[in-house]
Amino acid sequence: MDLMSFISAAPEMVLLGLICVVLVADLFVENDRRNLTFWMTLASLGITLWVLLATAPDGRTELFSGSYVSDGLSQVLKISVTGFVAIAFMYARDYLRANDLHKGEFYILGLFGLLGMMIMISANSLLTMYLGLETLALSQYALVAFDRNNETSAESAMKYFVLGAIASGALLYGISWVYGVTGSIQFNEIAAAITRDPALNSLPLWFGIAFIIVGIAFKFGAVPFHMWLPDVYHGARSPVTLYIASAPKIAAFALTIRILVDALGDLHEVWSGMIMVIAVLSLLLGNIVAIAQTNIKRMLAYSTIAHVGFILLAIFCGTEEGYAAAMFYTLTYVVAAAGAFGMVIVLSRRGFEAEALADFKGLNARSPWFALMMMFLMMSMAGIPPFIGFFGKLNAISAVLGSGYTGLAVLMMLASVPGLYYYLKVVWYMYFEEPEDLSVLQANTDTRLVMSLNGVAVLALGIVPGWLWALCLTVLGGQ
Amino acid sequence: MSDYLLSIVIWLPIAGGVVLLAMGDDNDSVSARANAMRWAALGISVLTFVLSIGLYTGFDTTTANMQFVERAPWIDAIDVWYYLGVDGLSAPLILLTTFITPLVVIAGWDVIKARPAQYFAAFLILEGLMNGVFSALDGLLFYVFWEAMLVPMFLIIGVWGGKRRVYATLKFFLYTFLGSVLMLVAFIYLYRMTGSFDMAGWVEVPLSLAAQKLIFIAFLLAFAIKVPMWPVHTWLPDAHVEAPTGGSVILAAILLKMGGYGFVRFSLPMVPDGSHYFAGMMIALSLIAVVYIGFVALVQKDMKKLIAYSSIAHMGFVTLGFFIVWHMSGESGAVLGVSGGMVQMVSHGLISGAMFLCVGVLYDRVHSRQISDYGGVANTMPVFAAFMVLFAMANAGLPGTSGFVGEFMVIIASFKANPWFAFFAATTLVLGAAYTLWMIKRVVYGEVANDNVAALQDLNSREFVVLGILAIAVLLVGLWPAPLIDMMNVTIEHLVEQAGQTKF
Repeated sequence: MDLMSFISAAPEMVLLGLICVVLVADLFVENDRRNLTFWMTLASLGITLWVLLATAPDGRTELFSGSYVSDGLSQVLKISVTGFVAIAFMYARDYLRANDLHKGEFYILGLFGLLGMMIMISANSLLTMYLGLETLALSQYALVAFDRNNETSAESAMKYFVLGAIASGALLYGISWVYGVTGSIQFNEIAAAITRDPALNSLPLWFGIAFIIVGIAFKFGAVPFHMWLPDVYHGARSPVTLYIASAPKIAAFALTIRILVDALGDLHEVWSGMIMVIAVLSLLLGNIVAIAQTNIKRMLAYSTIAHVGFILLAIFCGTEEGYAAAMFYTLTYVVAAAGAFGMVIVLSRRGFEAEALADFKGLNARSPWFALMMMFLMMSMAGIPPFIGFFGKLNAISAVLGSGYTGLAVLMMLASVPGLYYYLKVVWYMYFEEPEDLSVLQANTDTRLVMSLNGVAVLALGIVPGWLWALCLTVLGGQ
Repeated sequence: MSDYLLSIVIWLPIAGGVVLLAMGDDNDSVSARANAMRWAALGISVLTFVLSIGLYTGFDTTTANMQFVERAPWIDAIDVWYYLGVDGLSAPLILLTTFITPLVVIAGWDVIKARPAQYFAAFLILEGLMNGVFSALDGLLFYVFWEAMLVPMFLIIGVWGGKRRVYATLKFFLYTFLGSVLMLVAFIYLYRMTGSFDMAGWVEVPLSLAAQKLIFIAFLLAFAIKVPMWPVHTWLPDAHVEAPTGGSVILAAILLKMGGYGFVRFSLPMVPDGSHYFAGMMIALSLIAVVYIGFVALVQKDMKKLIAYSSIAHMGFVTLGFFIVWHMSGESGAVLGVSGGMVQMVSHGLISGAMFLCVGVLYDRVHSRQISDYGGVANTMPVFAAFMVLFAMANAGLPGTSGFVGEFMVIIASFKANPWFAFFAATTLVLGAAYTLWMIKRVVYGEVANDNVAALQDLNSREFVVLGILAIAVLLVGLWPAPLIDMMNVTIEHLVEQAGQTKF
């Protein structure tokens, strides 16, 4: 077999090789020279990105007996997750240094998580998917517990691990039923088997699908499988929260599209009902419970749940436009989420986590620029134009309306009204209150730069959103 | 240059505001830097006004077509255009916006002590966005301006407002947002029907009566909250009372007009049958606003609240003028009603702005808005008293002032429609006179009530300029409204024609 035939899996292979290099090299790096690990990590991400771009597939390529696929969708999503992991690392470095947490493990676990995400994105069989999912999940469990002397972190890592293991079990159980009924674990063959024999579309298969949806909902953090999310977001150190809240959402989107659309696309009427119930519950519960939060990380966690409702409702439509809208929403939401958690990092300093909403009081007096950036991020999440979040909402609602669910579209819009309230509350604290904490922001130049770019990005993307939407439509319409 | 005139009046103030934000504040409100900010803001807003006069001089009053059109692709994938243009409905409102903004800048000159650069930047950005609302011809572009406008207004009330500013500004933002979310659903529905966000296409597309009714309700919620109509008016008194003077002026003079503009730009031409179906309800709500809110205004103890309620009552005339179109036999009466509504919008913009500025003048000196804290102001501030009485007369609809023109046109038109409409509408002449003049009597006339009033200084030159300019404008529109009406006439005839057609 020719080595070149593996070329479309090159990004993962290169990344794995680089992780091993960083892992070994980090052993020989002194504690006070940990920056070296950071730069090696960024270099690894840069090389991975270059390999991704250099090996861009022309169409759909399958590999490893069909259990791995490389196509336009995987290309775009992999570039995004690589980028977001890099952003998470850039936000993290100063914070970790200031809190004596600057250890190589953070980067290595993060890179392993990225590898897992890339495998999920390119999975074309249920087992590949499961493999990627577990690689990501194990890295995340360890990352949450990364500050091992911190009780809250340890507790939330334990919670995350136990619940995550149950969810993985449910997913695996669902996978076994689907395999049992269709006789295949490969997505396109499952689809073919169902087309060939419509009799398969019966209770045993539905049973398996239900368990798979439990797994998906858990990974997304959708109601009623959302319990872990606020605790983990709260308990983890802010850079870890940023990591968990950004790139893995894109991987969860890939998981959903690959399984529900690639494999089970013809059974839309079987799974759409379940997705709709989960989505509507997430939308309502997330938006309402977020109002009562006083900790910004918990508030953003509940807001994530609400945004997941939007993403799932776009997927629920079962149209290419809906899938593209979900992808657009996921990507643009992650930009804003990374920025919002980034702001928590920017405001934190040695021994102090700026995680209470009250810590944002009077930010405009302390730093007008960062207050403006945070306002951009909050308005984007609330879906106020011209920020990018608005276009995410627009596309999702347009897709829902296009599928004929007018009532659902109205509900989605109405649910965003309480959502607006808690985002405005942040703006209120920043602009209308006097600062309680007059200390100067201690974040370094590079953190500030990333933060500024992130804030400006939600505005800039909102002014030119067309290319991203066209891209989403292309990669999801073309398969 | 006139090819890009609309873009200039939108982006020049926004760019100016961004520059002001970038320059930032220091902690000293009387520093050279703060002064430079004030002059810069004034310069930009005056320049914008001067440029916008080109919209009047270059305006062709013989056509209902869009003028000063600009069109460029924005989001190809969903066929959204950067599409601007004005007709007789929007051009006067843009002129009103560019006219009021410099006055607001002057009014806030040394009153605003905290963060002046941010204050003026917010107003400039707001001005650009408001001009965008009035000139957008692409539905999505319109919505972007419409919503984006809420953010600077939210900050203006919240940062520079009174004691209960946070409550008032949150209520303002959430209320208006609640109204516009359903409008967005209606926009997307129309987009899916026509395949584009082109508003002219939305006018053409046939729609069933059921669809029109739903779209009308979605529009109604957005525009009625903005106007505001009874019973969704409750955010307005709070917002007005807590806003700084400049914020109240912009709110009353321009933001409220967006609701009225929405009715004539969207509801009437796009869903004529839906509008016809609900016209009776709209007339009833308008008359309730005129009569009931008039009584509510009568009992107010706070001057700003009184003017806020009087705004609601006056805006009732606007919606009344728009929705009696279907009760007319001939077209000329219908045109009269809509023109009356439009004139009333412009006139109310001037008068209510002036009234809020008058209250602001008093508030800056005494720090109270309560009527009972004043009395005999005319003794210590004779020049001010003259202005305030003039604006109060205009508010009550005295002939010769702009307030008379619009109200008279609407009352005549409603008489043609149904004498009872006219009867209830005309009560405003009594009620309006009652609540306005009674307030004037208690505040301006009588004995000097207390030491605060005795210590009052008359207008300084800055305040004199602002009120003087507004007084001239009020009298000009009142004595010679022909240019304004000519500007709108052809467009309104066209609109009445569109509203009279069935679209199934």
